[in-house]
Amino acid sequence: MAVPETKQKIIGRSLPRREDPPLLRGQGRFAADINFPGQWIMRVVRAPIAHGEIRSIDASAALALRGVHAVWTYKDVAHIPRIPFRLTGLKTLEPYQQPVLADGVVRYVGEPVALVFAEDAYIAEDAAELVEIDIAPRDVVMNASDAPGAFDDGHTTEADVIRKGYGDVETAFRNAHAVVSLELVVGRHTGVPMETRGAIATYDAARDLLEMHGAAKVPHWNRDTMARMLGRTPQTMHLHEGHVGGGFGIRGEIYPEDVAVCAAALAFERPIKWIEDRREHLIAANHSRQQQHRIRAAVDKNGTILAIDDEFFHDNGAYMRTHAATVPDLAAAMLPGPYRVPAYRAVGHIRLTNKTPCGTYRAPGRYESTFVRERLMDAIAAQCGLDKVEVRRRNLLPQSAMPHDVHLDTLGTHIVYDSGDYALLLDKALRLAKWDALQAEMKARRATGETVGAGVAMFVEKSGLGPFDTVRIEIKTDGVEVVTGNASVGQGIETVVAQICAEVLGARYETINVVHGQTDRIARGMGAFASRVTVMCGEATRMAAVKLRDIVLKAAAELMQTSAERLDIADGQIVSGDGGASMPLTSLAGLTAEDTFESSHMVYPYGVHIASVRVDAETGGVTVETYAIAYDVGRAVNPRLVEGQLAGGLAQGIGGALYEEFLYDEAGEPLSVTFADYLMPTAHEVPAPLLLVTEDAPSPLNAFGLKGAGEGGVNPVGAAIASAIDDALQQPGAVTQLPVTPQRLKALMKR
Amino acid sequence: MTEKQSITLTINGRAHKIAVEPRRTLADAIREDCGQTGTHIGCEHGVCGACTIIVDGAPVRSCLMFAVQAGGKPIRTVEGLADGDKLHPMQQAFMDHHGLQCGFCTPGFLMLAVGVLEREPDISDADLIDVLSSNLCRCTGYQNIVKAVRAAAEEMRK
Repeated sequence: MAVPETKQKIIGRSLPRREDPPLLRGQGRFAADINFPGQWIMRVVRAPIAHGEIRSIDASAALALRGVHAVWTYKDVAHIPRIPFRLTGLKTLEPYQQPVLADGVVRYVGEPVALVFAEDAYIAEDAAELVEIDIAPRDVVMNASDAPGAFDDGHTTEADVIRKGYGDVETAFRNAHAVVSLELVVGRHTGVPMETRGAIATYDAARDLLEMHGAAKVPHWNRDTMARMLGRTPQTMHLHEGHVGGGFGIRGEIYPEDVAVCAAALAFERPIKWIEDRREHLIAANHSRQQQHRIRAAVDKNGTILAIDDEFFHDNGAYMRTHAATVPDLAAAMLPGPYRVPAYRAVGHIRLTNKTPCGTYRAPGRYESTFVRERLMDAIAAQCGLDKVEVRRRNLLPQSAMPHDVHLDTLGTHIVYDSGDYALLLDKALRLAKWDALQAEMKARRATGETVGAGVAMFVEKSGLGPFDTVRIEIKTDGVEVVTGNASVGQGIETVVAQICAEVLGARYETINVVHGQTDRIARGMGAFASRVTVMCGEATRMAAVKLRDIVLKAAAELMQTSAERLDIADGQIVSGDGGASMPLTSLAGLTAEDTFESSHMVYPYGVHIASVRVDAETGGVTVETYAIAYDVGRAVNPRLVEGQLAGGLAQGIGGALYEEFLYDEAGEPLSVTFADYLMPTAHEVPAPLLLVTEDAPSPLNAFGLKGAGEGGVNPVGAAIASAIDDALQQPGAVTQLPVTPQRLKALMKR
Repeated sequence: MTEKQSITLTINGRAHKIAVEPRRTLADAIREDCGQTGTHIGCEHGVCGACTIIVDGAPVRSCLMFAVQAGGKPIRTVEGLADGDKLHPMQQAFMDHHGLQCGFCTPGFLMLAVGVLEREPDISDADLIDVLSSNLCRCTGYQNIVKAVRAAAEEMRK
């Protein structure tokens, strides 16, 4: 039973965010806001066709423009290796890595081919339009599930195949009472943060120091890697994160443009600034999600799963970027979800196509595999004549099974669900959504001719990826400074870390400043991705705060002529138990402690979503009328921030379910290049969700029981809405493809 | 490139004398020529509303205006909302209701909401949501923005 918020000390309270004041006042320092005297602006010249051999590049007209300083092509960056892998980097994928500029061949519309350096952004853009590229077109590969084509001499467009599984799948299917088979597609879409990408590099020749502003997500890894790529030691390069306008997995990976600004700053010994526009972002920043699955389940007569067998085709676009095989690997590893799956096989084909390269996007691999798995559960229900809630209940792993070894690996860890009471959360979700009344209402409205229905989806998420995080806390004269190796993408880590530090150390919340994203402030760090920060940085903060508290009390005891046991720190004051003198914590400025939390296992939050929709039979439009989310987070440091993550994820999930899709024509020309083509939900499209955050299954793997919240809002939204649309149409299994656009829905209704 | 024109942009009561090409957008002029970077550029094609400011009493998308069109007109940006240390009720409401996460779309929403509520203090809830659907946010899912604006509207009506 969760302790009511009013009774929480500091952890567990929805305190206002430390981050907000400068952002509200327009004092943010986003990449585009950062300028250096004498800077040049870099503008990327991008491939106008999807596949071809570069015959020539003529920059003479561009160079003749007043204010243009230089134009680079591949020969200027040939000394820089291709961009390496950060996660799940299989050796077989290395031939598909992306160069900083196209190396003789262009493979997607938008690929960087040349770089213009000019006095200002307008001149740079004028000049970029004057660069002439002569390309001999080649055939394009646009479909990841067709037979593979040629990537280059010696490599096909099937980069590798992910295989995961356990148990005897064949026997299970032979002995099955019934087999359910589905073919399902998730459309290509991605995070699309409101801030586009940007980077500003400066080089101080006197100190031989290269710095890049506009970093995000994984500044230490990026610094180490880019330094290596540019032939420098890590100590001679620093990355700086300012304010970041959303990440969602897309921003912060090493892109060609980041390496290019750094190389240019070194070469010209000038600050080099690059800010992309929205059209560039939509064709050059990582895409995601596009997978086609052929999945089947063997079930017994009670609708109990005997085995799941899934083969899928993952469309990774034109190159393998920093995430390598991460997305298909996670899709295969997390597909079983909260259910008992005695035998399992997943085969994931990693395919290259002449489209924008892909990477991770919030709940990567899981938005896809939850859609597929939950469609399967609904299909099993239909096949066996069961209620769709009942079929899930029958197959859920019980709480007594925890910790549950899933017999699968991903992200370098073995998947063991640490804690969870899925059936309990299902009950709470059904109560939250008033499921029985909702079903009755849907039925009654359908009887009057409305096309309405409700659906459900369940999932297990992953969070708290290690392997470590280090935190250093120092008492300052005006408060406390917590230095982390983590990063902010806007999620509120300064607030969460300050709350933990305040409660454990006894400092005043309002005086705690949290440093993140600066490689020159702490030697190593793991950044922000995979919903890891609250867990990893949170626990490291607790550990460092415990250490510092001891150090402070020892020092204070001497000064106050008493013993440490008699002292406490509360609200920024060191107080004596016997009501004697007190002293402010800040008077011990200079005291510092550091600690590292190491973890080789992730922690696994979980949730249930319930959606109800109304379909406009005439237009095929879908209105999401109600949406309920029940999510167990283990322990909520700041409940309102957890809810904010769920609500934000829901909006993105609705986008992927109904609106967002990157389309291409048959020649590989991208058709979704503005916000008029690529439609994202507005306040109209996202209902006010019912949110229930529970703490019934704290993690045994860290002291506070923390699990992550970043991806629990988006994970099953495609699945839940598909389930609701099926119900509205009274056609089980109708929805097999996302997004469910009006055209696709009308086609379904015609059946 | 053509000749630059001398114009004066009056932003939050302060005059900025600048020289800009006719094609320079108002958003770029405010940010780069006048150094007020609180107004953000999200799409440059008038859909996302991150660049929303108030010109002559009306919320406008500054990416869709040229700087030369705004000469002589009173311009208000997010930097002018607070009264020294005291936040504007709209800013305070966004903070109280967790109406921002990354903060990139926030100045646009603040100016949109302030601009609309100053003109129509008694706007209906349905119309308010209509107006708020003009701007995109990718982080919050909108509900806390709606709550914040409703709360600020009440405060502003006092």
